[in-house]
Amino acid sequence: MINKNITNAVALTLLWIAAVSTVAILSTVILYVVLNGIGELSPKFIFTWPEGVAAEGGIWPTIVSTMYVTALAMLIVTPIAILAAVYLAEYAVQGRLVAIIRFAADTLASVPSIVMGLFGLALFVEAAGIGFSMLSAALALSFLMLPIVMRATEEAIRSVPKYIRWGSYGLGATKWQTVSRSVLPAAMPRIITGIILSTGRAVGETAVVIYTMGQAINLPLSPLDSGRPMTVHLYLLAMEGINLPAAYGTALLLMILILGFNLGARYFLHRNRKA
Amino acid sequence: MSEVTSASTNSSRGLRLVSRLTYYKEMALKNLFLVCAGVAVAGVFLIFAFVGIRGWPIFVEVGPWAFLAGREWNPTDGVFGILPLVYGSVVVMLGALAIGTPLAVGAAVFLSEIATPRIRGLVRPAVELLAGIPSVIYGFFGLIILRPIVANLTDGLGFGAVTAWLILAIMIVPTIATLSEDALRSIPPGIREASYAMGATTWQTIYRVLVPAAKIGIIDAVILGMGRAIGETMAVLMVVGNAPVFPETIADPIATLTTQIVMDMPYATGDHRTALFGMAIILFLVSMGLVALVRLISRFQTSMESG
Amino acid sequence: MPYSAAPLPDSGPNKIEVTGLDFYYGDFHALTDITVVIREKAVTAFIGPSGCGKSTFIRCFNRMNDLIPGARAEGLIALDGQDVYAPDVDPVDLRRRIGMIFQQPNPFPMSIYDNVAFGPRLQGVKKKVELDEVVQTSLERANLWKETKDILGRNGLALSGGQQQRLCIARVLAVEPEVMLMDEPCSAIDPTSVQKIEDLMAELKDRITIVIVTHNMQQAARVSDFTAFFLQEEAGEAAVLVEYDRTAHIFTSPTDRRTEDYITGRFG
Repeated sequence: MINKNITNAVALTLLWIAAVSTVAILSTVILYVVLNGIGELSPKFIFTWPEGVAAEGGIWPTIVSTMYVTALAMLIVTPIAILAAVYLAEYAVQGRLVAIIRFAADTLASVPSIVMGLFGLALFVEAAGIGFSMLSAALALSFLMLPIVMRATEEAIRSVPKYIRWGSYGLGATKWQTVSRSVLPAAMPRIITGIILSTGRAVGETAVVIYTMGQAINLPLSPLDSGRPMTVHLYLLAMEGINLPAAYGTALLLMILILGFNLGARYFLHRNRKA
Repeated sequence: MSEVTSASTNSSRGLRLVSRLTYYKEMALKNLFLVCAGVAVAGVFLIFAFVGIRGWPIFVEVGPWAFLAGREWNPTDGVFGILPLVYGSVVVMLGALAIGTPLAVGAAVFLSEIATPRIRGLVRPAVELLAGIPSVIYGFFGLIILRPIVANLTDGLGFGAVTAWLILAIMIVPTIATLSEDALRSIPPGIREASYAMGATTWQTIYRVLVPAAKIGIIDAVILGMGRAIGETMAVLMVVGNAPVFPETIADPIATLTTQIVMDMPYATGDHRTALFGMAIILFLVSMGLVALVRLISRFQTSMESG
Repeated sequence: MPYSAAPLPDSGPNKIEVTGLDFYYGDFHALTDITVVIREKAVTAFIGPSGCGKSTFIRCFNRMNDLIPGARAEGLIALDGQDVYAPDVDPVDLRRRIGMIFQQPNPFPMSIYDNVAFGPRLQGVKKKVELDEVVQTSLERANLWKETKDILGRNGLALSGGQQQRLCIARVLAVEPEVMLMDEPCSAIDPTSVQKIEDLMAELKDRITIVIVTHNMQQAARVSDFTAFFLQEEAGEAAVLVEYDRTAHIFTSPTDRRTEDYITGRFG
């Protein structure tokens, strides 16, 4: 009897430790980056160009490159992913075709990012002749984001209550009218959350963009321009070890962007749930 | 359900027929959606085709056996044996799983069975945020913080499997924890009540009833965590030391399939480049195989429960 | 006016004595001043409209309510004269002595054998021979042995709803409880299976004390020896025990007007 209660207490303590260490690890990583990077952040660091061997000065072009490629990828992936999810959730009949589509989406979601990078290099940069550019990187990234947005959208659509559809059909709406005017608007908050989370993923991606965007410091204007995203900049700074403070600053900015996306998505979903 | 439109001009008696226009429009839309869904399938084929075309020749020229089982990776002399890299990938993955799985499953059980809603509201977002932190930041953290610690403990440089284990273990926690928690939470609450009513303690309920009931979901989660560990590139790259050899100890520098691709890509040409694409084929097939394995397991479970 | 414990007409030994029990979910006062005795080796039924706290009440007996954050009980519940809410009482041990059957059959997602062997294994029984024997005896006592003796390895969830409920009963019987609480055990299963479970209760009461919550008055009349009628008179108010007596008496000549209204179908 005592044995059993001791086992119970010990086991529950271990589970507490697992949870506490997870939170502790997260806090350590975040705190570490924040404490070391905060001194580096200044308007000059954010808004000016790098100097010297690209390790001094600011990181403005890399920020623009990251935002540019992320926005472009989002524009490419959003319509396709939403319509694909509409098909899966509203039109598809369970069968071999749907099984294949789902398997493909799961596979895309688990392709190692370096493989996605080599794929982007082979198809978009070289075979299609687009070269190292925002567009090549965005196309490669959009394959990475596609399954994330698709899944979020499909779950969002499925969580729309049946009676909303019945109401629309009952008024004589066609299927597309029902989907576009009743179902999608009702599902929109969760769809947007999914999109924001997937863009967070794109901002943090390194291995995909390193071989599709190039590594040269450049302020991209057209989608065909090349550039160097923040992640690649951080990688190069860290590995070369020339200017660690700049690496901390870049890491902090990167983390602020991504945590911003994550917390933004959470806040957005939370607010819309309450409304 | 009849879809009525204003295009028909029938008298008010009797039902109007679906107009051709509406029918074609709805069909066209449906097919457009199907095409969009097909993009995912096309993506998989394109990856396979384009990585495959670039990488395939290495299997022909060097021979599949010499490529996969060759014990020496020395591209400057034209020797392309990737066994040391495969070994590195497997060692790094197994160690990360050994450390990360107990932590992640423990966190999942905590979240679904022990945490009060308030504590869960704190811990679950933390686990999800861990998934959001980019791998290059993990790599940076590992390089600057963990590497010196490991170096001290092992009397080496700190570049090697041990540091990679620690970093990767953290990185796979969110994958395994969130999926395992989903599996645990999908167990009907009545099952827990029954167990407590039988006089089981919380821990007995967890390990005799809940974990067995969620077994398949947890196994799936670990398999997907495995995929994440094998495919992870940047974080491992920054701490593993990048020496494509069989290490003598777990603290010696090694290389994995993914890290070697990044290291060699900038200067690789000819067969060397082909070999890197060949490695990408292997990574792709492994990740696809793991997804297929998860599918098979779920199908197996479905047939078990109905039988 | 809450019912006060008047002596019951025939005086068998008391198994459970409840005195002045109040129950709260956080700020919500769910039950007020309940006093009742449960006779040993008899079937006691709790009836009343839905939401009147019957289920809450029996979940105090084995302290299942401990699992609900913010729930607390005040007053005395004594099992064989011992306060079950005393600080040194282990609720886990209490639940071994007081088994429970739920509205929704809830076999564990494991084999029939493992379901029944679950309780004995918790208590450290490891020998195959002993377990085999307990499994067979318990399934026999739950009238499920004939149907399952050849499929003991099959998943408990593969059984029909009524069989699942009898499997749950066998699972409880395997630990030889002194009391079995049944929380609307028949409301989620088909009529034929209901008959089997009612027969089973009649057989089991020779050996154990049964408390059943039911919203089905015919069932209470058929299976129970004693009946307690609970009522929550206004929404948001605490429920009270209106009347408690021999079942025959409650259904033929209830003392309280509200009981009469309820059993004649005037409300609830």
